[in-house]
This record gives sequence, structure tokens and C-alpha cells, in this order.
Amino acid sequence: MPRLLLVAFAPADNAALGGFAEAIGLEGTLIAFEGEVPPADAAADALKKEADGFTHIAAVSSMQSKDVMARLAGLLDAAMVTDAIKVVSPTQFVRPMVAGSVLATVETMHEPVVITFRPASFPKVEKNGDKALKVLETTTSRTSKSGGAKGSRPDLTQAKRIVSGGRPLKDAATFEKIIGGLADKLGGAVGATRAAVDSGIAANELQVGQTGKIVAPDLYIAAGISGSTQHMAGIKDSKVIVAINTDPDAPIFEFADFGLVADLFTAVPELTEKV
Amino acid sequence: MKILCPIKRVVDPYAKVRPLSDGSGLDIGAVKFDVNPFDEIAVEEAVRMKEKDPTVTITAVSIGGPEVEEQLRKALAMGADEAMLIENALPLDSSVVAAELAHFAKGYDLVLMGKQSTDDDNGQAAQMLAAKLNWPQATFASSVSIVDGIATVTRETDTGEETLVLPLPAVITTDLRLNEPRYIALPGIIKARTKPLSKVPRATDAGPKSRVVRMDSPPPRPAGRKVARVDELIAGLKERGVL
Repeated sequence: MPRLLLVAFAPADNAALGGFAEAIGLEGTLIAFEGEVPPADAAADALKKEADGFTHIAAVSSMQSKDVMARLAGLLDAAMVTDAIKVVSPTQFVRPMVAGSVLATVETMHEPVVITFRPASFPKVEKNGDKALKVLETTTSRTSKSGGAKGSRPDLTQAKRIVSGGRPLKDAATFEKIIGGLADKLGGAVGATRAAVDSGIAANELQVGQTGKIVAPDLYIAAGISGSTQHMAGIKDSKVIVAINTDPDAPIFEFADFGLVADLFTAVPELTEKV
Repeated sequence: MKILCPIKRVVDPYAKVRPLSDGSGLDIGAVKFDVNPFDEIAVEEAVRMKEKDPTVTITAVSIGGPEVEEQLRKALAMGADEAMLIENALPLDSSVVAAELAHFAKGYDLVLMGKQSTDDDNGQAAQMLAAKLNWPQATFASSVSIVDGIATVTRETDTGEETLVLPLPAVITTDLRLNEPRYIALPGIIKARTKPLSKVPRATDAGPKSRVVRMDSPPPRPAGRKVARVDELIAGLKERGVL
């Protein structure tokens, strides 16, 4: 008998988990961490105690869930599917690989199966938590934590509108003024390329791409971004992509729904003023 | 301190690859292979630790056929002391890799490896390994310091970063910003040829728990259009209902 355990790392996960349960056709029991999620060893130990009897254990893809759920899979000797975007059957899932150049159909040959899935690929179905998870002792101690909600901007992975910038933004203040300015006018989130993050123009948690955040907003505006395979892997599921770049041959124009060959330092402020 | 650096041979992360038309696998054609970039960062970090503390020893390990020797030699050229190839011709998944590494990691103080491979994009093996060894883990490291058997790791999180303190032995995975791997100079390449590379049989009979049965190309995005002015862009976005 298949049984589904849904793991919420944050309250915002509940609706996505409900959608996944619907897609796989199982009712699902939802458990949520009580308070702050502890380091992975303690979190996975706590989840293992709850996982007995479940054939499928699913969570929304995030850096945190990758950290914890893969450890849980190790503890349970489970099969694992990372970043599922489609459920073919309870033993077959579709997931991107090689920076999104390939959609692989993965068959699991073992139970239990631990799954992380991309929320943008599933409907939102409200679901209430059935159980709160108390956290146990940990070998690892967390001595500091930074970040969290920055101002009033929405979370990148949940945002309906995202404005992203690349290295041409020069420095952090210019990046914030130009990219942040348009994002705030649109009520959206701010993203960045790896190059912008590496050169200190943008904070690391803003990185969008294969090895950063995977986003799927209604509107993605890329300013001064050439469009590497790695960056495109993170934005492919956006509904509408806008590219603003001075180089008419930039690869991003092949993917963009709207391409504007222009200097971002004039075009973006003009856009900010007129929207 | 003994460091184990598992490395993976992957298709060149900067090459364009696509599935074969019958969906049976990757069309790798003339694409080159390299060390998974995140594993290269791990080897670099280990070599930097060795440069500060000569008592550090580094073993690079991989699993696969004879072709993987090329990547192990690269790790040796970067500064690893020895390499180990776990010989395997059977299908693998992360759980098998973790089971094998769990056997060979015993006796080491630290496993340092990439947070994910750029071909499968799974990001599973290190955490599974840490679970099997019952060692603490710190994934997505952007800074690592080890003093008296205690690792202090700054790691990237969904919202920023955090610092974890964990006792060794431990598993640490590397993120992009931990370091920039060195350029390998010729003397390193020559020296690597004479460093020990042992071939060992697999330690377990673990079979894969999952397998890829099909590979397809993602659906192409419909062709977009160029706009000449900001006003035209705004009109277009309104038409599409996103403004």
C-alpha cells in the first residue's frame, strides 16, 4: 500500500505539498518542523522516526531540503529523486539534468522513495499540517545565521515578477539602484547572475541558475545578462522572459519573449518610470 | 589529518549536450570530459589545507572504468598525494556511490566533495554518505576552517548564510565561492604521473535504487520578438497580461 509523507520546511510549502499529493494521487500526511529547522543531522534523525511505514516522502526543492532529505534517504536506504517536475507514476518521475538540457525520466526500483520537487511544476492545493515535528539533539551546532526576509521584497522562488542583473551593473550600489529600483516598482524580487555574485555586486542568495535558485515567475526581466546555459537553466519555466542587453548577439535573445537591444542604464530607469 | 576527496568524471560543463533522438541517453559525440567543477573546488580546498599544514594527506577517489584515471591524475596534479579508483562497470546511482564511499572513507577525518555534479545535478551522494557513516555534515560550504579536530563552516542557505561548528570526522560539500581552483602548471602534471594510483575492487554488492529510463529534450520556448523601444516593450508585456 503506497503511503505518502509530506515534509514542510516552511509554512509556504503546504500548498505546494498539497499539489504534489494530488499529482501522485495519494492523500498524504503532512508534518512540519516546530520552530527553526535544525542542522541536517538532527533534522534527518527526527524525520527518520516519522518515516516508518511510508513508501514516499516528499518535500519542496530548496537548498535546505536537499541538505536534509538526501541525508534522510541515506538513513532510510531509500531511492531518491531530486527536483521532480512531473509525476508519471508512483515509480516514475521526470526531472531536469545537465543544466536543464535534458529531461530525464527516472524509474525508482526500491521503496521508500525520497523526492524533492519543484513547486512551480505542480498546482497549489491547500493542505493543513497533521503533525508538528519536535527537534532532537544535534552533534552540529549553528553559531550564526544571517539573511532572512530582506525588506519587503518577495522570496525569489515564490515571486511573480523578478528583475535580474549581471556584471555590467558595475557595483553593489548601482545594482541596487537600477535592478532594485525596477523590482520595487513592480513589487518583485531581485535576482543576479553568478558573475554578478562572484564579483561582489549582489548577495549570494540572489544567484539564479543551475547551481543557484530555480525560479518560475510570470515575468522575468534580465538586464545585462548574456544568457549562459547555467543561468538559463534557472529561468526556463518563467512565463515571459524579457532581455535587455547592448549585445544583439547575446544568447539570451534566443530565449527571450521580448528582446530589447539597448543600454540597460537608460532602458531600465525608463521602464521603472513608465510602468 | 587525512582528507578523502571523491571526484566525478562529467561531460564538459560548458559544452552543449542533448539527448539522443531515440531518448536512450546523452549524445556526447565529441564532447570532452573533466572533473566535476565542484569536486575540483574540493580538491583545491584540501590542497590549501595541506599547504598550511604539511601533516595533511589527500586521497582522491572515484568510481568507474579506466577512463576515470584521467580525472584522478588531474587531482594528483593539483596536489593530492594519492588516488584510488574503485573499479566498476555496473550501473550506478547516488546510493551505490555512497555505499562504496562509506566503506573506503573509514579512517579518514574529512570527506570533502562537490555539492552536486554538473551532469546529474542530483546533490545526493555526500549527504547519503554522511548518513551511512553517521558523521555530521555541512553542505554548500563557502568557507571552511579546521582547528583541533573541529570544523567551522560557513555555508550558503536559501536566505543567506550560516555558520556551523561540527566535530570531525565529517562530510563537507563545496559551493562555488569556496575558492578558485588553481591553474595546473606543467611540473604538477609531470609529478602526477609518478604519484600512486591504486585500483581496488568494489567493496559492496549494492545495486542502484533508481535508473534513468528515458532522456528527452525540454520543449523549446516559442520564438520571441525584438522590440525597438521601452514603450513597445511595455505594450507587449501588457498584451501578455504580465503588467
